[in-house]
Amino acid sequence: MMDQQLDSFRRETRAWLEENCPPEMRTPPKSDADVCWGGRKFQPSSPAQAEWLRVMGERGWTVPDWPAEYGGGGLSAAEAKVLREEMAALGCRNPLQSFGISMLGPALLKYGTEEQKHEHLPRIARGEIRWCQGYSEPNAGSDLASLATRAEDIGDHFLINGQKVWTSYADKADMIFCLVRTDTSSKQGGISFLLFDMEQEGVSTKPIRLISGYSPFCETFFDDVKVPKSNVVGEINKGWDVAKYLLGHEREMISGMGSRGGGASVPDTALRHLGRNEDGRLDDPVLRARIALFEVRSRAFAAMAERFIDTLKAGKAHPAQPSMMKYFGTELNKQRHELLMAAGGHDALEWDSEGSNGGAAPRAWLRTKANSIEGGTSEIQLNIIAKRILDLPGG
Amino acid sequence: MPMYWNEDQQMLADSARPFLADKAPVSHLRALRDEGNADGFSRDLWREFADMGFTGLLVGEEDGGLGLGHVEAGGVLEEIGRNLSPSPFLTTSVGAVTALKSGSPAARQAWLPGIVAGETVAALALEEGARHRPHRVATRAERSGNGFRIDGAKSFTVQAQASDLLIVSARTAGGEREADGITLFAIPRSAPGVTLQSEMLVDSGHAARVVLEGVEVDGDAVLGEVDRGSDTLGHVLSALRAGSSAELVGLAEGASGMTLSYMRERKQFDRIIGSFQALQHRAAHLYCEIEVARAATLKAQQLLDDGSEGAHEAASVAKAMTGMASALAVQEAIQMHGGIGMTDEHDIGFFMKRQRVLAEMFGDADFHAEALARAAGY
Repeated sequence: MMDQQLDSFRRETRAWLEENCPPEMRTPPKSDADVCWGGRKFQPSSPAQAEWLRVMGERGWTVPDWPAEYGGGGLSAAEAKVLREEMAALGCRNPLQSFGISMLGPALLKYGTEEQKHEHLPRIARGEIRWCQGYSEPNAGSDLASLATRAEDIGDHFLINGQKVWTSYADKADMIFCLVRTDTSSKQGGISFLLFDMEQEGVSTKPIRLISGYSPFCETFFDDVKVPKSNVVGEINKGWDVAKYLLGHEREMISGMGSRGGGASVPDTALRHLGRNEDGRLDDPVLRARIALFEVRSRAFAAMAERFIDTLKAGKAHPAQPSMMKYFGTELNKQRHELLMAAGGHDALEWDSEGSNGGAAPRAWLRTKANSIEGGTSEIQLNIIAKRILDLPGG
Repeated sequence: MPMYWNEDQQMLADSARPFLADKAPVSHLRALRDEGNADGFSRDLWREFADMGFTGLLVGEEDGGLGLGHVEAGGVLEEIGRNLSPSPFLTTSVGAVTALKSGSPAARQAWLPGIVAGETVAALALEEGARHRPHRVATRAERSGNGFRIDGAKSFTVQAQASDLLIVSARTAGGEREADGITLFAIPRSAPGVTLQSEMLVDSGHAARVVLEGVEVDGDAVLGEVDRGSDTLGHVLSALRAGSSAELVGLAEGASGMTLSYMRERKQFDRIIGSFQALQHRAAHLYCEIEVARAATLKAQQLLDDGSEGAHEAASVAKAMTGMASALAVQEAIQMHGGIGMTDEHDIGFFMKRQRVLAEMFGDADFHAEALARAAGY
């Protein structure tokens, strides 16, 4: 696209955002309740939040680069980048956080039938259906392909029996994309990728209390759940390809938690708790140095995130590059929260008190420890990089 | 602007890659060292840089150069880093050329044609202490007739012995640690009153302490504005930081590439050592560090070429990140090579030595992290 056209797109986009983004949606989310996940059970935390989702969803800008026929914005890579930049410049919140957008959508676009795309993608784009991910099982963590949840062929249906674990927000989700075993004679080659409704008979969920005190993860049980065969994405027994493709997108999403997620600035937090010395510098020189070196890495990673998206959209990224983003981004985010805890000092130890916003700091710190486990551990990412990018031999 | 090379930039890098790999691989540096070459680089090679158009890459077309930018210069510097090719490219074609862009027409006319032709070498006399402190300038330039009279001493002036031109920071006003009151000068190395005390550096490069005693220059020698030299100096340093970052990215890739090759062939316990997970994870971690450093470097180069305000901070981010990533690269390289990596016979040691010098030049990670913290107001 010509620079001129892009400039005029930028002007129009800025004007539209200024006109349509409610002022309350131009500040960072104050808590998890301010993050909009959509879905049938969604309760907006404010009218502005609902309005922001509605106008962005109508324009397809919750998923700017999906094709318009599936509810997307139909934007080019360059236009989508302009939209991101203009939203960042105005401080606009992400209108919709969604596993449908960041995980299932890309997999459906690549592997779904036309019917599946038309049925699911527009409802993801408008935030009408909230999805959860049925991947991990009690005995299938890093070795995901050893999963055992059975899908028994009973003619035009499958009968699903088994258990998933670490199903994020399963209790709040409307539908699940789920890996099931359709053939026991082959490990990777006996897995299928299924979509079904969480309201279906035989599905039950139980939240798991984590070290943060929150329960974002669930155990999910399937007891004779009937799923039509038309709900298979890709071919039967070829679900591992879909699963891996989706994992790449999941890793991109998780890698962004550190750099693009906004959140509290480490230097600001430290200044607020510790103050300045007589030279006007943070009154803790060693912590200041640690923060300063962290900020270098954080800013360098922001450049990497931009480069990653640009190369990805242009088809120039190595297929294993999401592993690199996931590894670096999550380790960075953990380090960030270690520094936020140090910056908060005694204050950041408050778990349940008036001034601590419900122990937000220590709970968020503990939550980040999952970043380098979920979506494939750091060690799995390093294995992938070593083998697929660096071409080192198998063990 | 997307964060990858466009076709022209890719083509330029593709021409730099075989040129430097053929003409100036690590064995070239070793030969210069072993013969005790007085310049620390080959003047024949420098003239070949000119034939390739690299010497005048950042020089405007009106001054006989290619009129390209820092992204393109970075493409050349990456290959210089990968091969450890000794040359005056960074100091002359990036540092001095950026400084001369703020010079008078007379200064540009005096120096740029020689630089473009590969005949003129410039050295940067911008330091006075043990570490990079560009605003600590005690060297004084007093008004004298139509020009200035300069007295003082500059440290760590790389390639000063081989140079024809010195870019010198001197104080025309203000106290010793103030950014204001600095002025930049272009001084012929042969000017009366300039003497050098040579040093050979750990990477076999040459530097000198430059003593200036009553050195007389006219007004045309001033680069940028009198007393406002820190503006010009800021541009020069950002260009050099982005440039040295690119060189460090190439160096880190060179060192890690050599190490990965070794990991794929060396056997112990009847196994290729590259199959050991303990080493694989370290190699993969290093890969990530280098990729992030590369992205930070490209960001700085693009912002410099855009003339963006954010370029100075981006150059600091790049220099700090590449400093850290390349340090890890050379440390892991020696460790993973084991005993052979400690021998002078093996090339990998040259990477460690060059990295040490480049990481220190124009500010290391600590310097830039501190500067960024200061700029962010904490």
